[in-house]
Amino acid sequence: MKDEPASTNLLTKLDCAFTLKEPFGLVLIISPWNYPVNLTLVPLVGAIAAGNCVILKPSEKSKGTEKVLAEVLPQYLDQSCFAVVVGGSQETQKLLEHKFDYIFFTGSPHVGKIVMTAAAKHLTPITLELGGKNPCYVDDNCDPQTVANRLAWFRYFNTGQTCVAPDYVLCSPDMQERLLPALQNAITRFYGDDPQNSPNLGRVINQKHFKRLQELLNCGRVAIGGQSDESNLYIAPTVLVDVQETDKVMQEEIFGPILPLMTVKSLDEAINFINHREKPLALYAFSNNSQVVNQVLDQTSSGNFRGNDGFLYATLLSLPFGGVGKSGMGRYHGKFSFDTFSNHRACLISPSGLEKLNEIRYPPYSSQAQKLLRWAMSSHSCTLQ
Amino acid sequence: MLSHVTGGGWGLHPMQRTGASAAPYPAKASRAARVCLGQKTSLPSQPPGRMDTFEDTARRLREAFSSGRTQPAAFRVAQLEGLSRFLQENRQLLQDALAQDLHKSAFESEISEITISQGEVDLALRNLRAWMKDQKVPKNLATQLDSAFIRKEPFGLVLIIAPWNYPLNLTLVPLVGAIAAGNCVVLKPSEISKSIEKILAEVLPRYLDQSCFAVALGGPEETARLLEHRFDYIFFTGSPHVGKIVMTAAAKHLTPVTLELGGKNPCYVDDNCDPQTVANRLAWFRYFNTGQTCVAPDYVLCSPDMQERLLPALQNAITRFYGDDPQNSPNLGRIINQKHFKRLQELLNCGRVAIGGQSDESNLYIAPTVLVDVQETDKVMQEEIFGPILPLMTVRSLDEAINFINHREKPLALYAFSNNSQVIKQVLARTSSGGFCGNDGFMHMTLASLPFGGVGASGMGSYHGKFSFDTFSHHRACLLRSPGMEKINELRYPPYSSRNLRVLLMAMEERSCSCTLL
Repeated sequence: MKDEPASTNLLTKLDCAFTLKEPFGLVLIISPWNYPVNLTLVPLVGAIAAGNCVILKPSEKSKGTEKVLAEVLPQYLDQSCFAVVVGGSQETQKLLEHKFDYIFFTGSPHVGKIVMTAAAKHLTPITLELGGKNPCYVDDNCDPQTVANRLAWFRYFNTGQTCVAPDYVLCSPDMQERLLPALQNAITRFYGDDPQNSPNLGRVINQKHFKRLQELLNCGRVAIGGQSDESNLYIAPTVLVDVQETDKVMQEEIFGPILPLMTVKSLDEAINFINHREKPLALYAFSNNSQVVNQVLDQTSSGNFRGNDGFLYATLLSLPFGGVGKSGMGRYHGKFSFDTFSNHRACLISPSGLEKLNEIRYPPYSSQAQKLLRWAMSSHSCTLQ
Repeated sequence: MLSHVTGGGWGLHPMQRTGASAAPYPAKASRAARVCLGQKTSLPSQPPGRMDTFEDTARRLREAFSSGRTQPAAFRVAQLEGLSRFLQENRQLLQDALAQDLHKSAFESEISEITISQGEVDLALRNLRAWMKDQKVPKNLATQLDSAFIRKEPFGLVLIIAPWNYPLNLTLVPLVGAIAAGNCVVLKPSEISKSIEKILAEVLPRYLDQSCFAVALGGPEETARLLEHRFDYIFFTGSPHVGKIVMTAAAKHLTPVTLELGGKNPCYVDDNCDPQTVANRLAWFRYFNTGQTCVAPDYVLCSPDMQERLLPALQNAITRFYGDDPQNSPNLGRIINQKHFKRLQELLNCGRVAIGGQSDESNLYIAPTVLVDVQETDKVMQEEIFGPILPLMTVRSLDEAINFINHREKPLALYAFSNNSQVIKQVLARTSSGGFCGNDGFMHMTLASLPFGGVGASGMGSYHGKFSFDTFSHHRACLLRSPGMEKINELRYPPYSSRNLRVLLMAMEERSCSCTLL
């Protein structure tokens, strides 16, 4: 919360210059269903820390959590400064007609556009944490079992319903051959021979997403898994091969326990493939060779990047978490949350006297004064780091 | 029909320059620009140039971006040096153009347009490599062996839409940031400040790599069509009304924006101050650039007593600055065009004219004016004045002033004058605005170490100095792990156990590491 002092130039040497962090006012946080506690509370922490009043709009799809947030959470907060709004997409639309001083939205790019358009009517600043298809490049030079363990865990964690999960893999045909048995190993090790009965595997959120995912199982060829059970919204940890770029599974964000492998002939082809698509929220590269990892990093763009692992970086609060392009705008976590929900007000306090010093700037203008002022303004004391 | 675009590969590449000062701009470039501006011209016959459509231009710039041309620091430095030469070699040309557009005196042009722009270029040149560096971040136990850093990446294709009131400054300063951050840029200068527009369209491109930079011309219709295209960042300076249009257009492509807008900047004048000092400062910042400044004090709140003392002091200041006949002072500018002139003329009918009030349509002159007895509902207290008119409104107390301010939109700038620093602190603490200055006018703008931007209806985002670089960069969170040491990961894999969970949680904790930020 402390004011941040700023360096001054010659003209402002006697002044006090600093940046003041102020709350915006009334903040709206709209959160999704996949990590309904995390993706509601973490922004909430930032909004509260920055001094705002907050309206929370949790997802109606994660009903259990919505109930707790609506009924239990307010008991722990000052309810003159905090409220929970419940409802579906219609109610959210109506909510968005109101004027807020900041809107923080986590969800799909499609709804992100709706939120931004609504925010534009009131010139409300926003952070949009969206999604996309997070590519994962697997180099030939790596240990398939290690990579498979990591891939599998991050893909099937939360039944794949994670905005930063590896969405699809790009690797050579050779690597694909080595990865498949390794992935099967990992899946069996994590979830047993009968994943449907494993206590460690989740379920798909609802019917609509279940049916959507079931359809994706028809793309390419099922190499591992592929089973589904509508009665308990179960989709097996699945790996698909022989998929085409135009297949549905390679077009929309999967958001489920399905991992397509696409073969490429080279690292360059992989990078080109990635760069012809929307910038993703996360990007992964696996290789024993750090040059390869760095090349992927240097030649692509994404919200976040992870070499040789999955999304554990999200737990490192010293890193800003956010997207770019269609995967979002703005960022948060840790201090970045506080800064996101604050107005950074530039302040300069000058002495009320010493008017003689100002004479130089007043009309009638003289070229001498002009030269002097020009020099004073170009003074180099404010090198920022 | 798309706006015509200059910079289609014509003109000299800065790399090819031999170091001699620039020749008058090549006839080719000027022909392109003049056709773009819709004027007929008789020039020596030239082969008909290819007139880019905007799609072609955007594609060209994106291709250059994808090729990585703007990534290396050396490239960006060369562009910034080009900007520097543009300012230095065309100083007179720019001053003349500013005089033509806004009747700006050389003094005002120098300090508010040229020097500020030059300062930003110089700051970027001095700091570019430091700004571009990956920023290492503290790690927790779970990531101790990793490499964790934030990488600054350009967004790609940036659109900068600039206004007419400081047409050089408000185009070049964002441009410095966009270029320093490694973007390709499309500039859309204001068609209202025609002389500067011409220079930006015809002369500026010669100093930059035109595969990465273009100027788009036209009025509101062309701008609206321009906004239908997809950009990776849009930087807009202008009115809140158009700001909404820009943000709505940006929403269709999920393009992030910075909007530098405006509003009515309140100025509280305490009883405890020296009226003449305050009047000098008020008058200078109000009438500078004929009041056409987004951060100028828009109206004054003071006690009736203070008003009585301020009026003669303001008259003193005005006479001292502009003489007895301001219309003939070389130091006072003019209104940009008829439309704004008429708008301001109407405002002169509000309240009562205490000082000035004269106007002359033939040269778009409005006298430095002070109004009193204005009502909150008067037009002059409703819209941003953006002219040389200063209304004084009386309040009974500091509290009333603060309440008045807080019932209105958050302004871009807020001012408070008092000998008593507690009063200043109170105004600061109990209000909100983009920027604040105690006991002076918009000097905070000259400090590149302060973020310049609005809040609420006065805008979103900020820039100047490093803030510009950060605005035009995507901050990519990067974590590089070693590929081995898989044993350590065993803890996190299923089948899950509560023991493993405990250990993992401990490793993820903030406390267990040296990473308390700031």
